[in-house]
Amino acid sequence: MTVILNQSFTGISIGAVLLLIALGLTLTFGQMGVINMAHGEFIMAGAYTTYVLQESISSAGVSLLVALPVAFLVAGAMGALLEWLLIRRLYTRPLDTLLVTWGVSLMLQQLARDIFGAPNVQTRAPDILTGNIAVADGISLANSRLFILGLALLSVLALTLVLRFTPLGRRIRAVVQNRDLAEVSGIATGTVDRMTFFIGSGLAGVAGVAITLVGPIGPTTGTNYIVDAFLVVVVGGIGQLKGSVITAFVLGVLQSVLEYSTTVSVAKVIVLVAIVAFLQWRPQGLYTLRTRSLA
Amino acid sequence: MSGLSFSRRGLLAAASAVGASAALSACGAKTGSGTSSDAAGATADTSGSTVKIGLLNSLSGTMAISEVTVHNALLLAVKEINAAGGVLGKKLKAVSQDGASDWPTFAEKAESLIKEDKVAATFGCWTSASRKAVKPVFEKYKSLLFYPVQYEGLEQSPYIFYIGATTNQQIVPALDYLKKQGLTRLYLVGSDYVFPRTANKIIKAYAKANGMTVVGEDYAPLGSTEFSTIVNEVKGSGADAVFNTLNGDSNVAFFKEYKSAGLTAKSMPVLSVSIAEEEVKSIGTQYLEGQLTAWNYYETTPGAANEKFVKAYQAEYGATKPTSDPMEAAYISVYLWKAMVEKAGSFDVAKVKAAADGITFDAPEGKVTVDGATQHVYKTARIGKIGSDGLITEVWNSGKPIKPDPYLKGYDWASGLS
Repeated sequence: MTVILNQSFTGISIGAVLLLIALGLTLTFGQMGVINMAHGEFIMAGAYTTYVLQESISSAGVSLLVALPVAFLVAGAMGALLEWLLIRRLYTRPLDTLLVTWGVSLMLQQLARDIFGAPNVQTRAPDILTGNIAVADGISLANSRLFILGLALLSVLALTLVLRFTPLGRRIRAVVQNRDLAEVSGIATGTVDRMTFFIGSGLAGVAGVAITLVGPIGPTTGTNYIVDAFLVVVVGGIGQLKGSVITAFVLGVLQSVLEYSTTVSVAKVIVLVAIVAFLQWRPQGLYTLRTRSLA
Repeated sequence: MSGLSFSRRGLLAAASAVGASAALSACGAKTGSGTSSDAAGATADTSGSTVKIGLLNSLSGTMAISEVTVHNALLLAVKEINAAGGVLGKKLKAVSQDGASDWPTFAEKAESLIKEDKVAATFGCWTSASRKAVKPVFEKYKSLLFYPVQYEGLEQSPYIFYIGATTNQQIVPALDYLKKQGLTRLYLVGSDYVFPRTANKIIKAYAKANGMTVVGEDYAPLGSTEFSTIVNEVKGSGADAVFNTLNGDSNVAFFKEYKSAGLTAKSMPVLSVSIAEEEVKSIGTQYLEGQLTAWNYYETTPGAANEKFVKAYQAEYGATKPTSDPMEAAYISVYLWKAMVEKAGSFDVAKVKAAADGITFDAPEGKVTVDGATQHVYKTARIGKIGSDGLITEVWNSGKPIKPDPYLKGYDWASGLS
């Protein structure tokens, strides 16, 4: 019983990390259909933002909280810039986008290496986040994982509210559902694209802040997460937030249960095989967006 | 929106390409060349007033974090030797090649150093995979490689000098230490590739013969950063200590998770064989304080030779830069080669090899002696404890340099290992 409870929590916490790193991608890839291989480097930018802020703000707790909005802006600005410079010229050429953004990703990694050096850097986690809460005998919840879970849920909530209730959200949905019709209705689709990219990349920055609590911070940080992030969005279904949420937690629990009963490598293989099988059965993913678009 | 299914397919192709390249690098032992038989044309060019030596390290990619420091240490040794007059009256000229953390690239660059630059010897490689990739190249051209990193043993190429520790100079003494401390129930955690798998095979054989128990064994893929399940299992296993053979970024995630689970150096110490001063800095002392490491050298190792080395290194690369075991081994490897060449009176590979046995050097780690038969080095094993300042202080050492025994022939319990 202890094992089951511990592993369920582990699964949920793995899911929370997956959700957080994939959330931005549900917008840029899911909504806009752009394969942005540099998404991982926006996560890296968020992680380095935490590091830089901690160098100037000595309190680990304060710098972490300040890092959340700052990382959102930094990564968001990088995303918007990338969209404006390159991606908007390639909207009709998805494979070119893939190659170009992959190149950008390599350049950003080298840039990080030039600025911060090749070795990983360390951040101090606030003391409150390094401990754990014992809920029962043998069962404990790590504070850092609870924090990430909270942050993930909060981000989903905020994104849902923005998409559903703000004018910007309405415009984003309109462009996704039928770009041409949105355009003739007077929506500046170019601006909407840039804002979508800003938010999506910004969320990657927020994820970067969170992963400083659990993983390494270095030039290759982004590459550790990029494939998982794409998997979540592909399985969840293009253009659907709730698909990604469900997928992240299902994959997390599946991974943790399999890891416990087999080994990490075998668990990874089984999860990937399960995903391939699932996509054979439902190539469109868990949920699909019905659109009236003719294209 | 017809672009969507297309995009998805493109993505899967990209994802599988990423996977495939990882799989390739795991087993890549391509030698980079065809079957050209121009080995004779690859002899070192020592006619001029300078002699070229090759430095083959990953200056980019995932291994750059570690290998750049080794590269720096090699350059320092070359600079010092040149300032003191060079080798046999000739100045050394270091030719750097970037292995780029990619094993086939290592093989190609090794071939280019030998054939194009006609180097007298090559220094470098870090991962066992890169060493295994270049081994056939050095053997084909009969050229020398000096390898500076601790490794899993069970290898003895006539054209490689192994300056780092083999298993009986690092892992076996570490197990002796744990046994002496009464920590007999071990949990093994490692990255999923040749070094941890081989090391754990040795550990299990040792445990069986010495009344120790291995209560669990887990491997994570290289680069894996999700350790919550493994740490849960470790926590529930009732082990006395963890023997850690994880490599690279995984250590960061593992130790963060370890601390979050409430495990400490007091309740369940972790003994690591791949964490040196440089890695301590990047993981964070917050997570490592009090944990154990096994090496042959620490920045804090006493002695005039080490003081000189640390001072020279920090003067060259910055006062906050740590020195570590692989860096020290790399540094002394150039000096050992110099001593061999001077004893032989020639840069000729066969003569240098013949002169190797018994060469000694007053190294930062203490006196080291080359064992000509195995082409390994006698080294003192040292167990260290990580302090809050990020430095590692020795808590135990083997007292005298240990004779290298890469095939563990001197240990009865190891007879079943190949």
